[in-house]
Amino acid sequence: MTPNDAAVAVAPADHAESAASTPEFAATGAPIGALVYFSSASENTARFVAGCRFQDEGINVYRVPLKASEPALNVREPYVIMVPTYGGGVIKKAVPIQVKRFLNDPENRAWIRGVIASGNTNFGEAYCAAGDIISAKCHVPFLYKFELMGTPEDTAAVKNGLVQFFGTLEPR
Amino acid sequence: MPPISIPRKPLKLIDRVSAINWNRLEDEKDLEVWDRLTGNFWLPEKVPVSNDIPSWQQMSEEEHTLTMRVFTGLTLLDTIQGTVGAVSLIPDALTPHEEAVYTNIAFMESVHAKSYSSIFSTLCSTEQIDAAFDWSEQNEFLQKKAEIVLDYYEGDNPYKRKVASTLLESFLFYSGFYLPMYFSAHAKLTNTADVIRLIIRDEAVHGYYIGYKYQKGIAQLTDAERADLQDYTYDLLNELYDNEVGYTESLYSGVGLVEDVEKFLHYNANKALMNLGYPALFPAEICDVNPAILAALSPNADENHDFFSGSGSSYVMGKAEETDDDDWDF
Repeated sequence: MTPNDAAVAVAPADHAESAASTPEFAATGAPIGALVYFSSASENTARFVAGCRFQDEGINVYRVPLKASEPALNVREPYVIMVPTYGGGVIKKAVPIQVKRFLNDPENRAWIRGVIASGNTNFGEAYCAAGDIISAKCHVPFLYKFELMGTPEDTAAVKNGLVQFFGTLEPR
Repeated sequence: MPPISIPRKPLKLIDRVSAINWNRLEDEKDLEVWDRLTGNFWLPEKVPVSNDIPSWQQMSEEEHTLTMRVFTGLTLLDTIQGTVGAVSLIPDALTPHEEAVYTNIAFMESVHAKSYSSIFSTLCSTEQIDAAFDWSEQNEFLQKKAEIVLDYYEGDNPYKRKVASTLLESFLFYSGFYLPMYFSAHAKLTNTADVIRLIIRDEAVHGYYIGYKYQKGIAQLTDAERADLQDYTYDLLNELYDNEVGYTESLYSGVGLVEDVEKFLHYNANKALMNLGYPALFPAEICDVNPAILAALSPNADENHDFFSGSGSSYVMGKAEETDDDDWDF
């Protein structure tokens, strides 16, 4: 949203809807970037995100809603998306539908800068396939892969890696 | 050949049944997993294991014995999971759809158990097969593994049953799965490896789902009860792990692979814990699985996939399309 839009006295309804959402965990201090993640009812990715405490590093954390009935997520700042790989080995179904819905909105897509995917090597060549698909479709780097809810080593790597990565992006 | 000779108690059956309505879901995960499992359905006859006969004939006597022992061990676990494990979870189900998913899991475990027999009958003589089954009856570690798990399946704690089941699906199979992946990495028995990859893919969904239902179930308990279950999980994992190390040595010490298999065990034990929602136990430095084994888990173009007669784990099932009058207008 440009400053001009904000100055309009009565914003049209659809504009009001696409205003930036509030982070689930807001960055302490000035934000350096954002992480958008999806986690199903199994909560594997949510546990990984909670363990990373990205907000302490100045990273806003947004969660893609699980149910279509929840208000849509609108992110209007540079972010890295973190997704679990779905489909039980079927590559075509690897990206969760909720993530597709989020990325189908061009305004959300405009701010994606990278992708991190989780998966399970037991699904063979579909391991972390959601990351390959999003990376190819959105032309952003595939930054990191981890399994299920990640290990302490994954937590450290992603936390430090993201801080570094946001440092390399053009200033906002 | 005598059956596995552990005295068994009858399993509890479900108390009541109401007609299942798939149009009214209490947990979306049930349908999601049902769809995954049915979509992944396969039968061993689809994989051309007979193409492995030349490879088998070039392998040593020792490799033959090891392969057959590993596969009889896996057959025992799949038999337990098919006829006892998955079935014992049904009375504890939170939704009727969960019950239905367990019936699918139980059936697929029976398919897995039968696949080993189908591999045996393709590659080995009857005497070799009988000798391997005899060995599995005598191996103390394998028998103990079966006994520990069966005890929990027959116990009265639904959560402990799910923990035992998840550890079986996501951890106990892997001392066995290592071998066909190792052979595949060395271009041996590559079609057999395709069968195993299909089994691994199924077990991954089973472990994920049972672990998920465990987490849903314990969410209703008190903090103290949950803490007890967490302690129990790590204790059981340690007990099974110690036994698994003995089992691994009894199988692999002759071929010098013990250390490599143990890394694979640590790696998979961590994943089993994660399926239950618990943090990993084994540190990264002892989970550095041989990259060749990880690569073998992923089917690739190097394998002798025969598109026309073969199927393999990258096999795509044909899709049927409705025809209409225009199709027949030449």
